[in-house]
Amino acid sequence: MRRWLQTFGPFFALLLVIAVFAALSDAPARFLSLSNLRIVLAQTVIVAIGAVGMTIIIGSGGIDLSPGSTIALTGVICAVALRSGWPPAAALLAAVAVGGMVGVLNGLAITSLRVVPFIATLGMLGIARGVAKWISGEQTVNAPATWLNYLATAFPTPPWLLVSPGVWIAVALAVLAAVMLHRTVFGRYIFALGSNEAAARAAGVHITRMKLWIYSTGGLLFGLAGVMQMSRLRQGDPTVAVGVELDIIAAVVIGGGSLAGGEGSIRGSMVGALIMAFLRNGCQQMGWPNYIQEIIIGSIIVLAVAADRLRHERLQAGN
Amino acid sequence: MTEAPLLEISGVKKRYGATVALDGVDLVVRRGAIHAVVGENGSGKSTLMNILSASIQPDAGSVSLRGAPYRPAGPQDARRHGIAHIHQELSLCPHLSVAENIFLGIEPRRSGWLDRSALNEQAADILSSFQHSDIAPERLVDSLPIAARQIVEICRALAQRASLILMDEPTSSLQRADVERLFHSVRQLRDSGMSIIYISHFLEEVREIADTCTVLRDGRNIVTRPLRDLPNQELIAAMVGRPVNDLFPTRVPAATSDVALEVKDLSAPPAVRSVSLEVRRGEILGVAGLIGSGRTELLRALFGLQSALAGSITVFGRSLPLAGTPSTRIARGMGYLSEDRKGEGLALPMSVADNITLASLGSCSHGGWIDLSQQQKQAQEWADVVRVRAASMKVAVQKLSGGNQQKVAVARLLHQDCGILFLDEPTRGVDVGSKAQIYESIISLARSGKAILMVSSYLPELFGICDRLAVMRRGCLSPALPVGDWTPETVLQSAIGSAE
Repeated sequence: MRRWLQTFGPFFALLLVIAVFAALSDAPARFLSLSNLRIVLAQTVIVAIGAVGMTIIIGSGGIDLSPGSTIALTGVICAVALRSGWPPAAALLAAVAVGGMVGVLNGLAITSLRVVPFIATLGMLGIARGVAKWISGEQTVNAPATWLNYLATAFPTPPWLLVSPGVWIAVALAVLAAVMLHRTVFGRYIFALGSNEAAARAAGVHITRMKLWIYSTGGLLFGLAGVMQMSRLRQGDPTVAVGVELDIIAAVVIGGGSLAGGEGSIRGSMVGALIMAFLRNGCQQMGWPNYIQEIIIGSIIVLAVAADRLRHERLQAGN
Repeated sequence: MTEAPLLEISGVKKRYGATVALDGVDLVVRRGAIHAVVGENGSGKSTLMNILSASIQPDAGSVSLRGAPYRPAGPQDARRHGIAHIHQELSLCPHLSVAENIFLGIEPRRSGWLDRSALNEQAADILSSFQHSDIAPERLVDSLPIAARQIVEICRALAQRASLILMDEPTSSLQRADVERLFHSVRQLRDSGMSIIYISHFLEEVREIADTCTVLRDGRNIVTRPLRDLPNQELIAAMVGRPVNDLFPTRVPAATSDVALEVKDLSAPPAVRSVSLEVRRGEILGVAGLIGSGRTELLRALFGLQSALAGSITVFGRSLPLAGTPSTRIARGMGYLSEDRKGEGLALPMSVADNITLASLGSCSHGGWIDLSQQQKQAQEWADVVRVRAASMKVAVQKLSGGNQQKVAVARLLHQDCGILFLDEPTRGVDVGSKAQIYESIISLARSGKAILMVSSYLPELFGICDRLAVMRRGCLSPALPVGDWTPETVLQSAIGSAE
């Protein structure tokens, strides 16, 4: 029973959120409509892709505070590349690569300079944002229309895709990452590192190499999230996505990830991302002001972690 | 004629879900007595102590203290009643000083402000009354070795002026000399009218220090008797519920074989100054010595966990670079069992299967992909060999008892299939039954041709299973002699340096 709750707890929370808004809404049919579902899913894409990377990082016992800035930076890079006449695929790859480089730098600061992840990535939060503003000349960068613009749209062309291509990309990445975490040596090492770094080292895990891989994988994913951001705005905006890292971390934590490391699942994080998206969307549909959303989401984060603590204490008492 | 006992426990029960931890325990502790409570891991000793110190509440039964009902609201209340609990896992704040730790919660104050000079003075008094004025009250606990931290923990109980001290495995990380000093102090405490409940796996120490002994098994008290009327065989039989023949399996001396590991003039300052040794295939070389003599650091340097500066390491005839990492050493056929099971040994939240296979996931994966059924199968195989008691291989290691956790750590070495094994305190904090099983595993490893270098503070086990023995003192290793040429006295003499 406990195990069952543990696995499906976030799902119930998601259903609860949906049910509550459907009940509160004057137009439950609209809230539950397929078109609203598409909108919510499209809105989830950025946080969901970020949460895939963050699950890996948090599972290894680390943290990354730089995704928001990385998203802004890579969005700008993508837009600048498009404006300079790069083919869309190359612009996308450039943005993802820059995201990866940000991750490598985070990893190097953590391993070579031995700065704790919180501080190293807090520094990067400022650096990446600054570079984004520098490259864009502190202005939004308009990008010519390309197929990249369709990535994050809620109503896809061709229509048989049903939902935004970005949603499919996020799902594919999530499946890939989940399989990687569970079925590969790399995945086991990530959790070993998060559970007990000293034990992982003594068991022959290359700590430095692992951390570099972990943070650069995260960076690549944040870079892709930046492309999605650019796609949604149809321009590169260096001031966008402030605080998105907190949404991403919240999604992972709501989904059962522990900031102490060694725990977390992609499935949980995706559900966490959906919970946040439905909350936002529900509040908008209700016409509630932004600050109500913020208060609700803030409370949900604290409650989710409190529930997690309770679960842990039970686990320990059962010992 | 007799006054009321200090503590009277009757019919105490505690269950966790389906697990019955205590199933009606009765226990009477007299004033001024040292009362030992022994039992295998999981027999309920720690639960009982936690009930007394009020970190958990019993489901049924009653406790009375000095004739009055004792129902503490919480740990703080238990402390006010004069009950001090010294935990098996030390519970000190590493970033505070020795004095701050000793007086944590009862700091001397002057009109609301911390009186730091009084704090340090009083801490120094307690330390010196415990003959440990070598530990400076201002020092950060972080910088102390484990043995000294234990001393601080005990001083904390002294500072509380407790009338009943619960000691849970207080000597598991202490050296013989420290144990003597501890026992001396414990007797002083007893003579001043304090009572001590003493939990230990070291039966000979129990005999040495305690007057009365209660054996717990499966949450029940099996026997309570003065120790002089309780012979060892009967004591052990009561603990395990069946007669036990011998803790140490009989050992056929290894035939001479080729040298697996040769170390010459290794130095890894500051702890290891000059060590030369060789271990042959099929041989168990024991390393005795005081804590802080560099034994652990020697193993760590050999395994690449800390760097060696000079000397040479030769493995199966090929020399190894002095600077290395555990992964390169594992690749050369070395395996390491840490003395610090929770800190450096196991990934506690991960499953038994993951922990057993962690050091050589390659053997159950193809091109980076883990074959889960193969992993389960291999883990199960080795878990069976060392007799890990776990519901399944998917259970998180943190749910197992200490003894079973240690067996998981040993199973990892078996799974890793290395030629040279470094074992650091392989039976620390492990119950008698598990100890015997771990000894059996070690000996069968040696029999299958592996070279074993084993560090231990527990002399009986060094004498019980090693072929040769060497003693470490201040970073230098004595020549290794056959076990028969040593006696516990000569080992101690060369460990503390009063040989000749």
